Amino acid sequence: MTRLLVCPPDFFGIEYEINPWMRLNNQVDHERAIFQWNSLMAVFERDVGVTLERLTPVPGLPDLVFTANAGVVVGKTAVVSRFRHPERRREEACFEQWFLDHGYKILALEPGLFFEGAGDLLGFPDYWFGGYRQRSDIRVFPILSEWFHREIIPLELVDGRFYHLDTCFCPLSGGELLYFPSAFDRYGQTAIAERIPPAERLVVPEQDALRFACNAVCIDNHVVLPAGCPTTERMLHERGYRIHAVPLDEFMKSGGSAKCLTLKLDE
Amino acid sequence: MNIHQETVVLSGHIIDSLLLAKVLDLILMMGGDFDLEAVHIGKTREEPSRARITIRASSHTLLNDILKSIQPHGASVEREADCRLEPAPADGIFPEDFYATTHLPTQIRLNGRWIDVEPIEMDVGIAVDQERATARAVPMGEVRRGELIVTGREGVRVIPLARPRERDVFGFMESHVSAERPHGHVIADIASRMRRLREQHRREGAACRVLLAGGPAIIHAGGRDALTWLIEEEFIHVLFCGNALAAHDMEADLYGTSLGYGLTAGRTVPHGHEHHLRTINRIRAIGSIERAVASGVVKNGIMAACVRKNVPVVMAGTIRDDGPLPGVITDSVQAQRAMRAAIDGVKLALLVASTLHAVATGNLLPATVPTVCADINPSVPTKLADRGSFQAVGLVMDAASFLSELARLLGRPA
Repeated sequence: MTRLLVCPPDFFGIEYEINPWMRLNNQVDHERAIFQWNSLMAVFERDVGVTLERLTPVPGLPDLVFTANAGVVVGKTAVVSRFRHPERRREEACFEQWFLDHGYKILALEPGLFFEGAGDLLGFPDYWFGGYRQRSDIRVFPILSEWFHREIIPLELVDGRFYHLDTCFCPLSGGELLYFPSAFDRYGQTAIAERIPPAERLVVPEQDALRFACNAVCIDNHVVLPAGCPTTERMLHERGYRIHAVPLDEFMKSGGSAKCLTLKLDE
Repeated sequence: MNIHQETVVLSGHIIDSLLLAKVLDLILMMGGDFDLEAVHIGKTREEPSRARITIRASSHTLLNDILKSIQPHGASVEREADCRLEPAPADGIFPEDFYATTHLPTQIRLNGRWIDVEPIEMDVGIAVDQERATARAVPMGEVRRGELIVTGREGVRVIPLARPRERDVFGFMESHVSAERPHGHVIADIASRMRRLREQHRREGAACRVLLAGGPAIIHAGGRDALTWLIEEEFIHVLFCGNALAAHDMEADLYGTSLGYGLTAGRTVPHGHEHHLRTINRIRAIGSIERAVASGVVKNGIMAACVRKNVPVVMAGTIRDDGPLPGVITDSVQAQRAMRAAIDGVKLALLVASTLHAVATGNLLPATVPTVCADINPSVPTKLADRGSFQAVGLVMDAASFLSELARLLGRPA
């Protein structure tokens, strides 16, 4: 059974601006945020059937809810993130402590080598893709590749609105890729096209991409994604996926959605 | 030297991600140039690939801009070390592991900075002045005890020749030696260079000169008048030769023969074989070639033109010389030194009809100096290339035909 690491949004809010979505004058409706988060968790537990591991929220760390950025987990080994923005660096210790408390072996990257976890590293069983330039440093990928014996194809993120790879790129369990090509340059688009045949590439329209349709969680044939992305839902439906659309607009104020709020623990 | 370069390393899954292509494209798009020094491609999907790229740019600023824009894509400057220095153990002796030079532009890294080795010469060592942060090529025999000499290969880099802007025969900077190749366009290119260099020489003086190193076949074959004309018209500004070229040139003036052959009659003249000896003896009696010309004993010809036009002549002696003439340097190390001193500012070198002088001059010239080797014997330009002067353009042809055609193209009346 799949386990996901999540963190309740007790202290979630907009306290700084570190991506184009965040605006200090666009504050989060706290009640609504809690309601949306609980709905999402209900979908995971009840409809998808996953086990949730809850991290204890910490006051003053509003983005700790985005556990996708805790690090990356392979088996019982975890690499804890090293955030580019100082605002999020205090989260590193919380995530590290959780991994240690739960018996994970920690592999540490040298300080100054930015890496924002599963937000910038995702892929298929045989090979992964790594998003770089906006947050993670490209030099991390050869190191991770060596640690985990996995090919990692770096993709430059060229649109500031899609600042993590998981905001514009979502590999699906059936081998398809849900993605927004304009978030990548010509080289990245070609590299993707050379790996994934046209029939397997599901191109998300800009309207859906801006609602973070790609920030979806795919577990078996379930896809959990933010509500309001009809084209994407239709494409996924045609492929036989079971769609769970959850309103998550309070989290979009911070530049995050379904995928950002979870970290798969059993990859 | 206005080439700025840096070597970077790019590793990881750089092929399938098109990262290598992206980095190379970026370098070119920004106006830089690169050499892919080494590419190791991973054998399996998991194994990373690795590329070493040397980037060149026309300015330090451009190089930095390029480095700055490729760095986010993972290209990191290769860790560099300063060059190693060891004191020369004694006069005339290099440290055991001395770095032996090429004639290509060379830089050494001293206290974290790359500095040019100036001047550069092949097959010598590099002496470093740490206080002034300068480096120069130093021949084995000239090194003084305690002088700091570069050892090993670390911290030394050799810069390939940039393709010259001129699209002429020198553009390829590689020897083509063949008797079957048409010579016309090669000589035309040399002529147009010489015309330009004469203008430059008139403006800049010794900072821009054309060198001719020649053998006595120039006189025997009938190229004397053409060469004299080239000197008088200020197309040639330095002359390297031996005892024989000077002796036969003046023999021709005094006796009308070259090694006893009547130059106009085309046959041996009675007792003609004595003429060059009598010539040498006469000049020795006068004391110098300059005085022989000034006093009107020698009136015309190559040596007379050199004296009148103040063209410096370095005469290097050989083991079979008669006399020799006054001014011939019989100590070959000293002769090398005199040639080395005269090479400064040379922008074009013509090596005509002399194996010894061609190879000796080729050894002293940096690879950046366009060089022509004209000889009727194909083995001479070949030998020159084999000894490292790959930049020399070889012309297999008779010295007189070469010089006459060159002079004709430069406006000498028929």
